[in-house]
Amino acid sequence: MSKRIGMEVAIAAAEAAALCRFDVAAVYPITPQSHVAEHLSDIVADGRIDAEFITVESEHSALSSAIGAAGTGARVVTATSSQGLMYMHEVLPIASAMRLPIVMIIANRAVSGPLNIWNDHTDIMHERDTGWISLFAQNGQEVVDMTIQAFKIGEHRDVMLPVNVNMDGFQLTHMVEPILMPEQEEVDKFLPAYKPYAMVHPDTPVSMGTLAMPEFYAEALKAKDMAMAASRKIIAQVWKDWEKQFGRKYEPIEAHRAEDAEVLMLTMGSMGETAEIAINELRKHGVKAGLLKLKLWRPFPFEELKKLTKNAKVLVVTDRAVSFGGPGGPVCGEVKAALYDEPNRPKIVNYLIGLGGRDLTISDFVDMMKRAAEATKKMPAEAYEYYGVRE
Amino acid sequence: MKALVENFDIFAPRLVDKEEYFCAGHRACQGCGEALAIRQMCKALGKDTVIANATGCMEVISTLYPTTAWKLPWIHVAFPNAAAVGSGVEAGLTALRRKGKIADRYVKTVAIGGDGGTADIGLQALSGAMERGHDMLYVCFDNEAYMNTGIQRSSATPFGASTTTAPAGKASFGNKTWKKNLPEIMVGHNLAYVATACHSYPLDFIEKVKKARKIKGPTYIHCFSVCPTGWRAKSEECIKLGRLAVETGVFPLYEVEKGKYRMTIDPPEKLRPVEDYLKPQGRFRHLTPDQIKIIQDRVILEYKKLQNKIKCSKSWDELAK
Repeated sequence: MSKRIGMEVAIAAAEAAALCRFDVAAVYPITPQSHVAEHLSDIVADGRIDAEFITVESEHSALSSAIGAAGTGARVVTATSSQGLMYMHEVLPIASAMRLPIVMIIANRAVSGPLNIWNDHTDIMHERDTGWISLFAQNGQEVVDMTIQAFKIGEHRDVMLPVNVNMDGFQLTHMVEPILMPEQEEVDKFLPAYKPYAMVHPDTPVSMGTLAMPEFYAEALKAKDMAMAASRKIIAQVWKDWEKQFGRKYEPIEAHRAEDAEVLMLTMGSMGETAEIAINELRKHGVKAGLLKLKLWRPFPFEELKKLTKNAKVLVVTDRAVSFGGPGGPVCGEVKAALYDEPNRPKIVNYLIGLGGRDLTISDFVDMMKRAAEATKKMPAEAYEYYGVRE
Repeated sequence: MKALVENFDIFAPRLVDKEEYFCAGHRACQGCGEALAIRQMCKALGKDTVIANATGCMEVISTLYPTTAWKLPWIHVAFPNAAAVGSGVEAGLTALRRKGKIADRYVKTVAIGGDGGTADIGLQALSGAMERGHDMLYVCFDNEAYMNTGIQRSSATPFGASTTTAPAGKASFGNKTWKKNLPEIMVGHNLAYVATACHSYPLDFIEKVKKARKIKGPTYIHCFSVCPTGWRAKSEECIKLGRLAVETGVFPLYEVEKGKYRMTIDPPEKLRPVEDYLKPQGRFRHLTPDQIKIIQDRVILEYKKLQNKIKCSKSWDELAK
């Protein structure tokens, strides 16, 4: 049985990776991911698991080493944040093209200009189209669960894609939370030993990462996209297995009082918990409010979103990132694309919030819900609004 | 040594592995020194080797999907990270062997890259990998410019060479900087073995690769690789140019074993004039006698610096006594 413990979430993420018995970790420290890096190295230094820890000299080398190790057939974990994730950028699409199921724990953080170490989702948005499965956790328990699930999803023969687990920097990483930490035997039962498809070893000589001319390149991309599409089924299956064994349910979009809601809000990450309290407040005052928490960013859950929004009049999409000169925040862009063909789609209002760690209170969410209802009376409304941001 | 190489046909089968690990049919230019050097390196390394290759000519010409010239297990990820990928390969092999997930026998990790992928964009990853002490040999195949993208200058391009980004013109004599001394940077990483080599001296190169292979830890070989295409020289002069580089002192062949410098190919008593090496190459065609004099003086100075190291250096074992 899992034990309920109080643990800092970054440390819990490293513990979860250790429960998966990784063979190699290659990590470069960056705030607010650094406790993950430190604790992974602690675990290896204490001999708690039999693994190699590579103290790489940069994030670019962190993921490059991770690819090299995964190429030999090792189960590999890495972790990063913000500038580090962007420094890795060149290598992200290569990891997915080589179909190596590396797991990366990301402490989401704002991106520099100006320098800012606090939380938003800009870093992962830059990596949206690199062919990685992206999971978003709203609390420490989900970080632990998703880290373990990530290996099983990525390593499935129908998927073979890298997976990133996103947790909000500071809001989650540095928070001590009550966590049900699974036992080693439970994880061993859930997660089978990794059987790699190919290994760079003299007993199985292969050429990995070759050059593709135009007549093959597009096929490689299509294959990656097909694997991404196939992962929907596997993710659902893994989450079903998880629920069966651990009793905690996971869905691509977790709905809260959404069924009869007229005004829906969509959030991603830790702010879902704050927004949930706001929704409950509004309900107390007779507002038919509901909440959708997006847990699966890639592959994007189009069908689930359509189903969950079909009765709503207004959908408030919150974004913790900016797409400069674009249609609004990156999440809103996806939501609009998902609902375009729906005959009864809700009116959509987009708020850019919590940028660079800007605090978000319950009353902010209540206020957004109320203002959104007003805004939609005179549609088309502004494409998006920087909520609470000075001119 | 000279006599031995002249009778290579007689001796080679006994000295060199007959197995081909880097096969014919790849798309390298005629007279490519680098492809030849890779073939020699693979023969020295043998079967139990994994190659991590940086993006560059050798990657592009050898693995056009769905074909491959490699019989050795081979991995390529990107341009700047061969040493980092190699680090991961080494760590992966180490962990998997220890955990009984792969065969319990030693497999050498070898990372390779061109001069751009090693001295410029890959220098950080190389320095990191060497400093961390991975059990890995890194071989730089130095053809003195970014040849894969069309002969742009790198920090390994020699003074006076005309390249597509450091062209000779009315107001320029070509590349204005001196070649970065990468082997010396590697010596600064306290590696147990650093060597220079050239495909024109195959037995010397093969010996050095074999020596490095045996050392558990990071080692580095800098292999001077003639590029007739980029150097604007005749394909059939590839081997000759490698020899001229050595005989003029432009690229001496030496090794640094535990800090002790040693010349492995003795150059002629009196170095040949650099002109002999520069003349057959189109990239130096524009140089005036004055500019050639500058190069000659610098080559002699660098050569004296090396001789001084050979004379004065002692191996760590000796110093520890």
